[in-house]
Amino acid sequence: MAASDRVGVVFVSHSARIAEGLVELARQMAPSATLVAAGGTDDGRIGTSFDLVSAGIVEADAGAGVVILCDLGSAILTAETALDFLDDETRGRVRIVDAPLVEGGVAAAVAAEAGDDLEHVVAAAETARGSAAGASATETGAAEASDAASRAEATAAGSHARRVTLINADGLHARPAAELVKLASTFGPRVTVNGTDAKSLLGIMSLGLTKGATIEIASDDPDGREAVDAIAALAESGFGEH
Amino acid sequence: MGLDITWAVDWVRRSADVIAEHRLELIKLDREIGDGDHGENMDRGFQAVLPKLDDLPAGSTPGDVLKLVATTLISTVGGAAGPLYGTAYLKGAGVAGSATSLDGRAIAAVLTAARDGIVLRGKAESGDKTMVDAWTPAVEAAEAAASNGSDVASVLDAAADAAAAGSDATIPLVARKGRASYLGERSAGHRDPGAQSSALLLRAAADAASAAAGA
Repeated sequence: MAASDRVGVVFVSHSARIAEGLVELARQMAPSATLVAAGGTDDGRIGTSFDLVSAGIVEADAGAGVVILCDLGSAILTAETALDFLDDETRGRVRIVDAPLVEGGVAAAVAAEAGDDLEHVVAAAETARGSAAGASATETGAAEASDAASRAEATAAGSHARRVTLINADGLHARPAAELVKLASTFGPRVTVNGTDAKSLLGIMSLGLTKGATIEIASDDPDGREAVDAIAALAESGFGEH
Repeated sequence: MGLDITWAVDWVRRSADVIAEHRLELIKLDREIGDGDHGENMDRGFQAVLPKLDDLPAGSTPGDVLKLVATTLISTVGGAAGPLYGTAYLKGAGVAGSATSLDGRAIAAVLTAARDGIVLRGKAESGDKTMVDAWTPAVEAAEAAASNGSDVASVLDAAADAAAAGSDATIPLVARKGRASYLGERSAGHRDPGAQSSALLLRAAADAASAAAGA
């Protein structure tokens, strides 16, 4: 997919260094997505800048839409004011997402990298809401893995599942998790990893799966076999790590 | 007698003066329950408007002045006050339109639109301990005075008095919007800096109108 078809992401923070640091962090998982830092004021103080945010939206907008994530309240006010000044057509494809800046921003960046459309990038960012749910998912991750075998037996006809032991040193930490999500996003059918949607970066990361863990990659969709096999092959390869 | 471009320019100059004069007070209020930048940000914003007043083309209207203030504050203030006041002046400019003179009813309508802009942007309600607590009483007083047939200076005077009382009334409130809301109960006992700057700006508008009437 051409870069111009992708959704752009703008990070609005009171601090230029937070916004730039978030671009740096998200870049690890989204090397070619359009990620724009709009932090601080025009003259480098703490605050938000209408002009920087407006310019950031223009820079991020390749026609497929722009997702904006903000930190404290007045960053949202500045972003909303910037939207007011856009022409109607552009404003129609710009979304301010109410989600934690870092977690939501990384999830949005990965979805944008995978070429997801605007609504899917918004949805990816919104999965970062409610960190309490994420924490409990981590705790249940191991239990889900041990249940994987029994669930594999119980799967209906037409479904497909593969069990893979993670061999890479860091397990499903940020970069391998992002690669898995990006690969899953290239397939239409729904695929799960230990019951969690393989297209949800935060869902996969919050499983907390480390080296040696056995994961079950499954799809109830008869057309999901190819996706399951591709993801299993990626995991078996150790995500290029040793 | 209505208020024209001379009043609008005088209002901006008086606003810049009064904000500069109260800069430290606003910083102190904001330090108590916010992030401490309100006085500095507002002062920077209004100082940035001043040189632009000289560049207004001949035939400019009060609405043009309000729009100039709006775009300058949005671009220069940096904190929440930039978008909030910017939207207020912008909505006020929209209602003022291209009129060369604003009477009491027109001024009341401008203030109402400005207040509605702040509510639209900040989504605060009365009693949340924000600038809305100065603006809503001011709008109600202005509308009451205008519908009684008061002259425009009296309409603004009523608005300014009500805004000052509204600012006083924020002191016991617990903040439910803005940075101060992070403090919860501890925000009670402190005046809201946004309500105070609003009261100062509306007093400047009334003083400019009195000066215009006396001229």
